Parts: sequence; C-alpha cells; structure tokens
Amino acid sequence: MINQYEAVFIMTPVLSEEQMKETAKKFKDLLIENGSEIVNEEYWGLRKLAYPIQKKSTGFYCLFEFKAEGELINTLEINFRRDERVIRFLTVKMDKHAIAYSEKRRSNRTNRQAAPIVDISTGEKAEVSTMDDAEIDEN
Amino acid sequence: MAQPNSDIKYLTPIAVDTKRKKYCRFKKSGIKFIDYKDEDFLMKFVNEQGKLLPRRITGTSNKYQKKVAQAVKRARHLALLPYVGDMLK
Repeated sequence: MINQYEAVFIMTPVLSEEQMKETAKKFKDLLIENGSEIVNEEYWGLRKLAYPIQKKSTGFYCLFEFKAEGELINTLEINFRRDERVIRFLTVKMDKHAIAYSEKRRSNRTNRQAAPIVDISTGEKAEVSTMDDAEIDEN
Repeated sequence: MAQPNSDIKYLTPIAVDTKRKKYCRFKKSGIKFIDYKDEDFLMKFVNEQGKLLPRRITGTSNKYQKKVAQAVKRARHLALLPYVGDMLK
C-alpha cells in the first residue's frame, strides 16, 4: 500500500549551509534508496523557532513530500532520532485534500518564482489581518 | 422631580440588535484542508496566549474545529506556533 507522506524536520542552526544540505541529502537518499518517489522538497532556510528547542532559538527547516510504503516511515523516523543534527521532525500521512492542497501550493510557488521561499525565513511575522474576523477578536 | 431617565435621547441609535450570524468560514469558502505550515492563518484561531479559541467565538463547525485543533497542535510541535505565549497579537 503506497501512501503519500510529508516529512518536515528541523536541523540545528550550528550547521553550516554545506552541512545542512548534506544532512538533508542524507535523508533524501535514504528515501530514494528504499524505493520511494520524492514528490516535492522544500528548504525554508534558517527560521526563528516559536520556542527554544535544545536551547536553540533558530533552525533550518526542510520538507519532503514522498510516496512510499508505510514500512519506510519506521526506518525514516529511527534515522531522524539517531541523527543529532535533527532537533525536531514530523511525518504526516496526506489524505486527498492534503495532496490537492499541496499541489495547488506548489503551482502557486512556481508561478511566482521571483519571490522565493526565502522571504518566509527572513521576514518578520506579518501582522495578522483582522479584516474578516471581527468575531474572533472580540475577546 | 419628574422622571429623570425616561427622556434620555441618543443622537445615534444604540446598537441593540447587531448580532450577526456566525458561520463556518471553511464551509463557506470551501476550504477542505487546513495547513499546519501556515502559521499566520492558524494565528486566527488562537488567543493572545496561544490557546485555541472555542467554536462559540470563531463559529467554526465541529468538523473543521477538529482539523483546526490538529493543525495547531502540529504547528506547535514544529515550533511554528508557541505552546504558551504572551501578547501574540
């Protein structure tokens, strides 16, 4: 049974750009070697964490979307745990809505290639728009 | 001493009955999937301390409230949203 999964993981900020790429490549190779098909990969760059993890306040975010056997998730997560460069990870099985959403998101991203993913990582968190949620803000 | 209170006149009518019907924004706009990676969007469903807002305030339907809760919890795990915060908004 082949499912589509999405794995996001955070690497320590002590790594250099090279080492970060290398770590991400290690997991990508692991996936490919075990016969999964990478659908999408994203590198969000160095981002601020909402709370410190292992006394680090920033981290390199990386996302893989892949199609694989469910068995592979076990090995992948074991490898995440063993690798001390990875400080946090999350693997999620994608249902049909999630797949549709991520396809849409990807096509949006390729359309505006001029504004790459980097602006998420560097830009401060934008003000949350409060135009259409007056009800929410009343408390 | 004539009745003091009965003759109060307001320049603008007081808003007594401005209760707008709440609606589920996901049902209305046809959103099927709530992305846990979009923390700016999820900020609409937490209060200043980072706690989930109840359905009676946001108007979200039960079906989507569960998905919102799941997404917020995933975002917290990935340090996109704080577990506890102060003055988030």
